[in-house]
Amino acid sequence: MILVLALATAALFSAGTYLLLQRRLTRILLGLALLGHGSVLALLVAGGRTGEPAFSDGSTPARFSDPLVQALALTAIVITFAVTVFLLALANRSWELTGDDEVEDDAEDRRVAARTGVETLGEHFEIAPDEREFGHSTDTGPGGGTRASREVR
Amino acid sequence: MPALLALHLAVAGVVGLAGSRLGRRVFWLALPAPLATTIWAATQTSRVLDGATPTASLTWVPALGLDLDLRLTALGLLMSWLIGGVGVLVLVYASGYFTDDQPGLGRFAATLVVFAGAMCGIVWSDNLLGLFVCWELTSVCSYLLIGFDDRSDTARNSALQALLITGSGGLALLAGIVLIATEAGTTSLSAIVADTPSGSAVTAGVVLVLAGAVTKSALVPFHGWLPGAMAAPTPVSAYLHSATMVKAGVYLVAVLSPAFADVGPWRPLTVGLGTATMVWGAYQSLRRTDLKLIMAYGTIAALGLLIALFGLGGTKTTFAAVGVLVAHAVYKASLFMVVGIVDHAAHTRDIHRLTGVGRALPATAVTAALAALSMAAVPATLGFVTKEAALEGLLGAHRTEATVVLVTLVAFSALTAAAVWRFWQGAFTAGPPAPPSRVGTSADPSASTPAEAPIDPTRLHRPSPTLLVPAALLAVVGVVLGVVPGLIDPLVRAAARTLDGDAGAHHLHAFAGFNLALALSVSALAAGAVLVAAAGPVARLQQRLQAGSSAGEVFRSLLAALLRTANRVAGTVQSGSLPVYLATILLTLAAVTGGVLAPAVRLPEGWVWAESPLQALGAAAVVAGAAGVVLIKRRFAATLALGAVGYSMAALFVAYDAPDLALTQFLVETVVVVAFVLVLRNLPEEFRSVPWQGRQVLRLITSGTVGLVVLAFLLATGGPGPAAPTDELVTVAAPQGGGKNVVNVILTDIRALDTLGELTVVATAVLGMLALTVLALPGDAARQEARPQHGARRRPPPSRLAADSSAVLDVAVRATVPLVLTFSLFLLFSGHNAPGGGFIGGLVAGAGLVLRTVARPGQPPFGWERVHLLVGGGLALAAVVAATGWHGGRQLLDQRVATWEVPLFGAVKVTGALPFDMGVYAVVLGSVAAILQGLGGSRRPDRDPGVAT
Repeated sequence: MILVLALATAALFSAGTYLLLQRRLTRILLGLALLGHGSVLALLVAGGRTGEPAFSDGSTPARFSDPLVQALALTAIVITFAVTVFLLALANRSWELTGDDEVEDDAEDRRVAARTGVETLGEHFEIAPDEREFGHSTDTGPGGGTRASREVR
Repeated sequence: MPALLALHLAVAGVVGLAGSRLGRRVFWLALPAPLATTIWAATQTSRVLDGATPTASLTWVPALGLDLDLRLTALGLLMSWLIGGVGVLVLVYASGYFTDDQPGLGRFAATLVVFAGAMCGIVWSDNLLGLFVCWELTSVCSYLLIGFDDRSDTARNSALQALLITGSGGLALLAGIVLIATEAGTTSLSAIVADTPSGSAVTAGVVLVLAGAVTKSALVPFHGWLPGAMAAPTPVSAYLHSATMVKAGVYLVAVLSPAFADVGPWRPLTVGLGTATMVWGAYQSLRRTDLKLIMAYGTIAALGLLIALFGLGGTKTTFAAVGVLVAHAVYKASLFMVVGIVDHAAHTRDIHRLTGVGRALPATAVTAALAALSMAAVPATLGFVTKEAALEGLLGAHRTEATVVLVTLVAFSALTAAAVWRFWQGAFTAGPPAPPSRVGTSADPSASTPAEAPIDPTRLHRPSPTLLVPAALLAVVGVVLGVVPGLIDPLVRAAARTLDGDAGAHHLHAFAGFNLALALSVSALAAGAVLVAAAGPVARLQQRLQAGSSAGEVFRSLLAALLRTANRVAGTVQSGSLPVYLATILLTLAAVTGGVLAPAVRLPEGWVWAESPLQALGAAAVVAGAAGVVLIKRRFAATLALGAVGYSMAALFVAYDAPDLALTQFLVETVVVVAFVLVLRNLPEEFRSVPWQGRQVLRLITSGTVGLVVLAFLLATGGPGPAAPTDELVTVAAPQGGGKNVVNVILTDIRALDTLGELTVVATAVLGMLALTVLALPGDAARQEARPQHGARRRPPPSRLAADSSAVLDVAVRATVPLVLTFSLFLLFSGHNAPGGGFIGGLVAGAGLVLRTVARPGQPPFGWERVHLLVGGGLALAAVVAATGWHGGRQLLDQRVATWEVPLFGAVKVTGALPFDMGVYAVVLGSVAAILQGLGGSRRPDRDPGVAT
């Protein structure tokens, strides 16, 4: 365990999270990039102490720097790269469309939050058959005439 | 049996596809499915009566114990007869019931056939989970069939109500099944019955299973959906909601009763709910004026009787219950069909309006009379025979519960007899006297609305044979079996024997002699006659009792309350703000993991502050850079700070002796910074300053917590050095992967599937980026004009790069780029043994492209079509190489090593990893080119000249 690396990892995660909670897509992106760095560093910390470069001739395996950790870190770097690039394009697009890169509140969620009662619901949901009789046929049989009992009553 | 189920599905598919063209003839096309069930049941009958149990098994999800274990018990056979036989008749009936221009008949017939198959699945399945799947399938079919008239509010809402009630019952059933199966260690029904588990978990499971059964079989207080389900076309009411589907709950109680009848709540629940349902259903049945609702409540009452009888679990009562089940299916299906015929002819089902139908439709009236006699349990009908058996069984069972059922049964019989008379009289004769409230209106004919006026009997048309024959057939069967019960006696006995070994000793008798049961039957009929005679006072009494809320209203208010609560919760949680959502998720994660980790936090063995000054310095630079990214308000400067973090990371990798990582990180960071710069030149220079809100505190708390939890995680899990399992990787790397660079061998061979997935991510992201940038989307031009002007803050268009190009740089780049490209190829080929590989090579080549673009902006190194080729082709190459591993029966990504003698070079060793790495190289190179083009603003001029550089 290399303590400075662990501390740096924690710092990267803190900074990344702080930026992630911003409104600007660009800053969110910067935050994601920092979180990506943090993850790679976390992998490195998990690999423990440093050894020789991992080349399999000459040195004995036990003294290698953990090669699996390095392979995982490589994958992490590349995927963070791909995601960052995509989000950059998204920020670009957002600017093209709105002239800004702000992540706005979800309008649908806002509407849900504003809705408190079920006034609209009560009108739509009605179960006729139990207390009302069918009156006319609600059957869809041939010539079975009217549609719903509410038309009758 | 699996073949029969498959046949149902196949027929449903054909019928559903052909439906719209065939009109009502589609029902003939659907006929093979239930017909096959019937014929098959007929061929199996003698075998099963001899005691055989045909089985079939299909493995489905073995890990969950979810297999199609099919098994034909005698009870299953009996149900198969009902499902197949009534199914055939209902389809014939439906072909006469609908008109050719009715839309959606194909869908209707297909759903009906799927339902028949699912119902067979329920009664054949020996696996509780398989039974559950079929059970839910019938609920869904029922929903679709009730809501068949999708333009009617009533039909849709009734369908929804049915689905909500039976569906939630189904969930309870699943929970119950899981509890019981876990305790029993098996999902096999026969194994559970043979070796019944016990304990409080089983008791809870039993209650849940019963909840499923009573919702499906519409017992009080869950009966509300069944009257609503009468909005379905009559064939559905006859088939699903009287003969078969509602019997599924009864069936479940029947097969589980031998195992669980003695478990605490079983008898109180089944008998209590059953008897309450009998009384309530029969009473409501007597009150209704709609023929279909009279029948629906009669069905509810009969289901109550069945559940109570099966739930008791006595020998003779079980035997009688099987008989009642058959009798009810036969007469009730017939009566529903009759209701459909009357409705068909008169366009109404209101007993106050129907008059003179009996004279106009004599055959229908006789059919109805035969079936009604069976329902009223008049001697010489199957209804009478089976009810006698039930009475005798209850008299013989010395239990308090049995006495309760007995008393209720007598009351039920009286009420049912009266309701049946009212039904028949109302449908076919002048009808009962109208209730007092209506006398006023009918006294003045001019005031009565058309909806309440009596029909004109002379205008009734006679039913076609396809309508009448199925109804008449069932009615006649009810009488024939009532006179000669010996015809069905063996089957009923065998079915009862599968539930209770001793039940086979009993017999159905057409007339069992003068005994107490007969006396009870007769007195019930007499009481029924009294009720009929006193129809006027009874109706008045009912009107007075009518006050109070109905099941429908209760259901409605419950549903409204549920939705109101859901709205309130959603409104609170769904603020719509992304930061709030993220903070919620992160804090939850931190709290959960942090709570677990806190006790384990300690400094691991062999810890050091840092191994070298470079490490300490690098870490400090990383932290400083991160602080810069957070604090700097100008976009460009913040991006440069991010670059500083990235390069410091590369330094840390160098200190860690990880050359591949360091190279990759260095190159990736360069490309990322370039990409950022390309985008940021469009955006405003500074982040608008954030107004201080409560949010800022939330951000600080969240980010601080996350950092601490990450540190705790690292401390709690950290070990001393390279973990032991990787040693294995190191030792196999050279011989198996044919390379010395262990990291590269891991990437391209040992864990190459990861790399393939990663490549796919890169390719997808890059193509997505291209779609967002290079390809103009429809409506872009309009948006460009409509966009609010941010001219003052916006940087000049991308041509800025072009203005800065210099001749010196151009010449330098001309000389450098070929070198860079060559070096990248060297890295690619040497990567398996030395630092390098596809990623690094591709990135170096990409860096060459970056240089070239900077020197000569506006001249993209590739046409954008070639970028697709590079990315797609590279991915394809990697995938093909991976797939060659399958050749010769080996595994995916199992790569080979080949050695060729090449003139001048000597022996050249080529491993499968090389072409794989070449694919990686191509994808990465293409990605960098795509970034330069997409984000570099080199839009295709022909599409969007306004933005092109």
